[in-house]
Amino acid sequence: MNIAKPNSYRSGPDERGHFGIFGGRFVAETLMPLILDLEKAYTAAKADPAFQAEMNGYLKNYVGRPSPLYFAERLTDHLGGAKIYLKREELNHTGSHKVNNVLGQIMLARRMGKKRIIAETGAGQHGVATATLCARFGLECIVYMGAVDVERQQPNVIRMEMLGATVMPVQSGTRTLKDAMNEALRDWVTNVHNTFYCIGTVAGPHPYPMLVRDFQSIIGNETKTQMQEVEGRLPDSLVACIGGGSNAMGLFHPFLDDPSVEIFGVEAAGHGLTQLHAASIAGGRPGVLHGNRTYLLMDADGQIQDAHSISAGLDYPGIGPEHSWLHEVGRVNYLSATDDEALAAFQLLSKLEGIIPALEPAHAIAKVMELAPKRPKDHLMVVNLSGRGDKDVPQVGDILRGKK
Amino acid sequence: MTTRIDTRFAELKKQGRAAFVTYVMAGDPDLTTSLDIVKALPKAGADVVELGIPFTDPMADGPSIQAAGLRALKAGMTLKKTLELVRDFRKEDNITPLVLMGYYNPIYIYGVDKFLADAKTSGVDGLIIVDLPPEEDEELCLPALKAGLNFIRLATPTTDDKRLPAVLANTSGFVYYVSIAGITGAAAADANAVGEAVARIKRHTRLPICVGFGIRTPEAARAIAEKADGSVVGTALVDALKNSLDADGRATAKTVNAVAELTAALARGVKGAQQAAE
Ligand SMILES: Cc1ncc(COP(=O)(O)O)c(C=O)c1O
Repeated sequence: MNIAKPNSYRSGPDERGHFGIFGGRFVAETLMPLILDLEKAYTAAKADPAFQAEMNGYLKNYVGRPSPLYFAERLTDHLGGAKIYLKREELNHTGSHKVNNVLGQIMLARRMGKKRIIAETGAGQHGVATATLCARFGLECIVYMGAVDVERQQPNVIRMEMLGATVMPVQSGTRTLKDAMNEALRDWVTNVHNTFYCIGTVAGPHPYPMLVRDFQSIIGNETKTQMQEVEGRLPDSLVACIGGGSNAMGLFHPFLDDPSVEIFGVEAAGHGLTQLHAASIAGGRPGVLHGNRTYLLMDADGQIQDAHSISAGLDYPGIGPEHSWLHEVGRVNYLSATDDEALAAFQLLSKLEGIIPALEPAHAIAKVMELAPKRPKDHLMVVNLSGRGDKDVPQVGDILRGKK
Repeated sequence: MTTRIDTRFAELKKQGRAAFVTYVMAGDPDLTTSLDIVKALPKAGADVVELGIPFTDPMADGPSIQAAGLRALKAGMTLKKTLELVRDFRKEDNITPLVLMGYYNPIYIYGVDKFLADAKTSGVDGLIIVDLPPEEDEELCLPALKAGLNFIRLATPTTDDKRLPAVLANTSGFVYYVSIAGITGAAAADANAVGEAVARIKRHTRLPICVGFGIRTPEAARAIAEKADGSVVGTALVDALKNSLDADGRATAKTVNAVAELTAALARGVKGAQQAAE
């Protein structure tokens, strides 16, 4: 495809929410006034130093930021190539990067006077983060979760309930993340007057992909500073897994205009790209779903296809629109890792570094295992360890003991 | 350009009564039965036929219409076959306005220009595309108007006076007022509140205003027809269809009649309405 290279990769979206042809505001009229309000509220908050100051306070003392940039010495030795650093998002309160975005959105909801918060969740990490901040600020919280995911991510279901949230198992469609998002949108349409929809990734209608990216960019900004402190320079490459793409966008965005930095996003290849998978860029094409135009898995009639991944957080047939654009302009390389590769990486990191990763970033580690050995020893590679694996311990335990 | 929709509303205005608009899903429960149902609707009293385009992820629809779409898809329905269904319907009815209602993705994938050309030759008069607000008019609305199709926009309780002109700007045929903030099949709106909303929209447009979402009974259809230029019923018809199916979700000898009978009863309700003076 012949697409002109932009002057900056960081200037999107335009005022209509487009990244190239991607993004936009494909929503029912009922929601349109709401997302225009949200955009206004966000613009005002961004310009308000008090908002940033309040956020920073909670990021430091509640979330526990900055998260460490840790040199994974044994993994590096084992792979025998690039020097591997882990950005330790799994050490955040609630156990993943999701909380960075939720904090921002809940602060916005408070500014907008909304008292009822809804969210969709796949792995349950976004649901747990939302339930946590709703508990902290005394807000009602309803989390939509596909019935299949309720089953495979039980520890997070229990956590959400302990935090006072209502978990609504979604029985429609494929009963995974995409259907949870449909159901959350249906709730939102019905309860627009008092409800704030806290979206968990860089997807949905404008301004969500932009604001989630902005809230997650703290990951990349910290990484830049930390790498400067320890190595005195920029990293040479970045690797992150992609469900909707929020942890990846958070790490990547601050580096997009640093041409020396190679960037890799890792989609879930499930059983393999010729079989059931969740790799929308590798196996999909542009379409319109959940408020934006982006790469989607679908059939010849434009019907959305079932995704599959071992990881509930990556089991989504789409990807954030900014990623679709970064793919088309060639700034980011999109790779994919299968269920089996992710399982192997999950075990390797646990045994070598004493860090049990979530199945989602295990996909990123899987590609690090391929990329790092091919690079010189002075190559600095950062991988986003977006979440910890506690939630996956029962599921992976069953698989490893041959039960599933 | 005058479409069958414009002609129909002009006639009804002369007769001094509101339109009865029916919604069913194309291909539910199968292509043949669906065609028979669509043919039966005008005969049972439908003034305008809305035909749903099945989609896997209908984010503004409740459980009944979601299930109808999945039944149709399972039976092999596609957008191409939906257009063929319209073409077959047109072989015996060249008067009743027919509107396709659905979501953008199947049309985007079919190709906008090809879709508009094929829709026009098949005999489609208008489009209602739920996830295309005025902010996205360049996608389909403007090309559709150019192709001679009506683009019927949804206005909702959240569409305030400031926003209405933008919503109405490129709307044609009629305005579809969604009577509640919610999904299809949800609770009914209060007829008085609907009356106020219709009056508010009338201050901004001369287009007919039809009201839908939550209308299930002849009485409710009549009450709305007294406040607006048309009552739209969808979920109740889809439910009547579903209740006539066998245990495996297949059509029975009762299916077409089940929909036709409810249509007739609803049509009598609408026709009994006293139209509010203009
Ligand atoms: C730990 C973790 N990483 C990654 C993801 C995928 O989401 P995203 O691509 O938005 O970062 C999830 C989603 O649930 C997650 O829990």
